[in-house]
Amino acid sequence: MSLGGGPIPGSFGTTGRGPRLLSGGGRRATAISTASTVVVLAGLVAIFLLAPGSAEVRHTFFDPADMWQSFIGNPKKGYYSVGAALWLNIRMFIAAEIFILIVALVIALIRLSTSAVLFPFRVLSMIYVDFFRGVPLLLIILAIGFGVPALRLPFVSSQPAAVYGVVALVLSYSAYVSEVYRAGLNSVHQSQVAAARSLGLSQATTLRHVVLPQAVRNVIPPLLNDFISLQKDTALVGVLGAIEANEAAQIYSSTVFNYSSYTVAAILFLILTIPLARFTDSVIDRDRRRRLAGAQA
Amino acid sequence: MTESPPAEGEAIRIEALRKSFGEHEVLQGIDLSVATHEVICLIGASGSGKSTLLRCLNLLEPIDSGRISLWGQEITGANVNQNLVRRYIGIVFQSFNLFPHMSVLHNITLAPIKARGLPRAQAEEEARALLDRFGLADREADYPDRLSGGQQQRVAIVRALAMQPQIMLLDEVTSALDPELVGEVLDVIRELAAGGMTMLLATHEMGFARDIANRVCFLADGTIVEDAPPSVLFTDPKDERTRRFLRRIVEAGRL
Repeated sequence: MSLGGGPIPGSFGTTGRGPRLLSGGGRRATAISTASTVVVLAGLVAIFLLAPGSAEVRHTFFDPADMWQSFIGNPKKGYYSVGAALWLNIRMFIAAEIFILIVALVIALIRLSTSAVLFPFRVLSMIYVDFFRGVPLLLIILAIGFGVPALRLPFVSSQPAAVYGVVALVLSYSAYVSEVYRAGLNSVHQSQVAAARSLGLSQATTLRHVVLPQAVRNVIPPLLNDFISLQKDTALVGVLGAIEANEAAQIYSSTVFNYSSYTVAAILFLILTIPLARFTDSVIDRDRRRRLAGAQA
Repeated sequence: MTESPPAEGEAIRIEALRKSFGEHEVLQGIDLSVATHEVICLIGASGSGKSTLLRCLNLLEPIDSGRISLWGQEITGANVNQNLVRRYIGIVFQSFNLFPHMSVLHNITLAPIKARGLPRAQAEEEARALLDRFGLADREADYPDRLSGGQQQRVAIVRALAMQPQIMLLDEVTSALDPELVGEVLDVIRELAAGGMTMLLATHEMGFARDIANRVCFLADGTIVEDAPPSVLFTDPKDERTRRFLRRIVEAGRL
């Protein structure tokens, strides 16, 4: 008996861990997949190396000396370390993430509320989500980053660019993440609420201990997916002049006239996002196995 | 509600209760009185309003008109503390509705800790005593999806009992179970009845109803058509609709 969905029929020919990237279908299958991987990769490398502009591209994007110089930086020559600048991306990501998780939850709870008193807030939260999902993130960053300082308010208008960037990221991503939360909250069956309330638990306790834990568990994969996307969108804050990795790479390229710094930034973002992507996969995998075990119990 | 209701006298009084879902009026004027320690079985076809009646009693469904009182105090009026009322009335559902993300022990202790304000240690001690009493002592660390349907339903009953209710409402608690698991749940209910629990059961188990009930109520067309001791209702029903219903049950081999 499973409360989380029926038996999963998608386990034909797998180990019960879901479809695997490198399918273990015997030695012959392994040989074929190895050969096809080698052929495809070799083809791509050949196209790159044999292209008429190959030498120029290799020099402008993949020059080892330039990559190293942009990575460590040299303030005397007017450019910053892309590696050190990444630290700002990480800090912006963490700060934005914390606020997004809170703001998005509040919005989702308001949208799903049924109380008549909250009606105007329901309308507002709907407008909020429609607006911030519809406007490109870059425009929101520019509007906050240049608009708020222009107001010349005390304190509010005199923050570093990264702070305005985080505010813009929170505004935009909260709209998306609130919809993820909403889907999760809707996925918890009404009978769970009835069971909790029938035990004399208040609405707030029911939400906190019965509904939310199940809702969040159901949406961890899409939540992590949004986080991966947020990690790299911190690069957009560079347009405000904050020296994050992408902006540092741009300063290098316009100083030295070599784009290898962008390659360094790209590699650094990959190093940042890939672990989270693999973690997401393992969470999905674990969830799948848990449901499978539940179905067999 | 006062803190401790009297243990004797009329426990539940339902007067002219009406409840509609949209155009469909499920309950069209229900009157029923239940004495403390009494066990009442509600029988009737699916959709006759048995479940709705139980859900109204637990205040899970707002009623359209009429009134419900517990020990003489109305619970359907304005300014009633629903959470306090529900502490006196436990309900168990057909589909168990255990919390899938919590262990058996946690399922049982959540409400005593949060609603009765018990310290965790005491709540766990009480929960273990109940689990032991109903043969679930070795299951406290398991999650609901590792239990059989019968075990899940017994845990759901224990969870309701942990709030120390004076009245238990059981809504077709064996209908979702495999036939071989029905017995263990019925045994639990028998024990509750023997212990003097005031109970209202919606059930399709006619043999069990005949065994355990002080009175059996047959519901049809949104009203209580017949209300009699089982010895009378099952052998000498007065109303034609009751006779027709029981005939179908007998034909299906369920009585």
